[in-house]
Amino acid sequence: MKLIKFLILGIVFGIVMAKSEAISWFRIQEMFRFQAFHMYGIIGTAVILGVIGVALIKKYKIRDFHGNPILFHPKEKSFTRYMVGGTIFGLGWALSGACPGPMVVNIGYGFFAMIIVFFFANVGTFLYGYFKDKLPH
Amino acid sequence: MRELITQTWSWWFSGTLIAAIMFFLLYFGQSFGFSSNLRTICAASGLGKKAKFFDFNWKTQIWNLVFLVGAIIGGFIAYQFMSPADPAVQISASTIEDLGKLGFSAPTSLQPTELFSWDAVFTLKGFAILATGGILVGFGSRYAGGCTSGHAISGLSNLQLPSLVAVIGFFIGGLVMTFFILPLIF
Repeated sequence: MKLIKFLILGIVFGIVMAKSEAISWFRIQEMFRFQAFHMYGIIGTAVILGVIGVALIKKYKIRDFHGNPILFHPKEKSFTRYMVGGTIFGLGWALSGACPGPMVVNIGYGFFAMIIVFFFANVGTFLYGYFKDKLPH
Repeated sequence: MRELITQTWSWWFSGTLIAAIMFFLLYFGQSFGFSSNLRTICAASGLGKKAKFFDFNWKTQIWNLVFLVGAIIGGFIAYQFMSPADPAVQISASTIEDLGKLGFSAPTSLQPTELFSWDAVFTLKGFAILATGGILVGFGSRYAGGCTSGHAISGLSNLQLPSLVAVIGFFIGGLVMTFFILPLIF
């Protein structure tokens, strides 16, 4: 049952996303219109704690539960793919009101129309994989 | 007491739990990145025959698919056992007003009926909006090498410049959609 811990973390993630209302299209609209602090507070808190925690992991060379060092794999250096890919992602995020995690949380919450969004997110990922070599990175 | 669970969770409590999830995943030898699941699902569907991007040993990613299943269950638990008496999301009055100008009624739940009710889904326009949104998110997240969890949370926590560029991209796209494209669609 090595996988059960990931199931539990996923359940906690789903509950937090739903109870913080980060799965709501309305909240995403409110964020992009800069009309509330809520979403910035959620992401900001996670990032500030994340920065501190990651720095501590590196400083004290903390190991994972297998005893292996916790390594951070730097993303490849580039500008185009992050800017262009990020912008395309943002267009979809503001349109559907959900990034991939919240899509599936919405399905569990009972917003079954999100199954369509999630299915087509997979189609989008396939299209990227299919045309990957032709795209500037 | 029950109010604490059913009301909207505060940003600081929610953000803290998200950081905790990221650290637990690191402690368990993995990293927080949800959109990788989309690539894994394509690979598990046999699409490695169509594009070599999906030709990899996806079984090493089963942990993340299990996390995804957990997220669905979490959404179900939140709805079933932790719903507030008034399910309408309490967004700011100015957002309700702005969205009203586009033809969206004030929230009655977490999602607008104009987009996610079956009446909306079974129109050509409604279906096209959901499908396009999905394609853009799926295409963009893999092109950028990550989504909100991978770049905005994990990447920024590690002070990675590429993640900052990606997050700036997320906002450029989001603002263009919100202020220029949504008014054209609605």
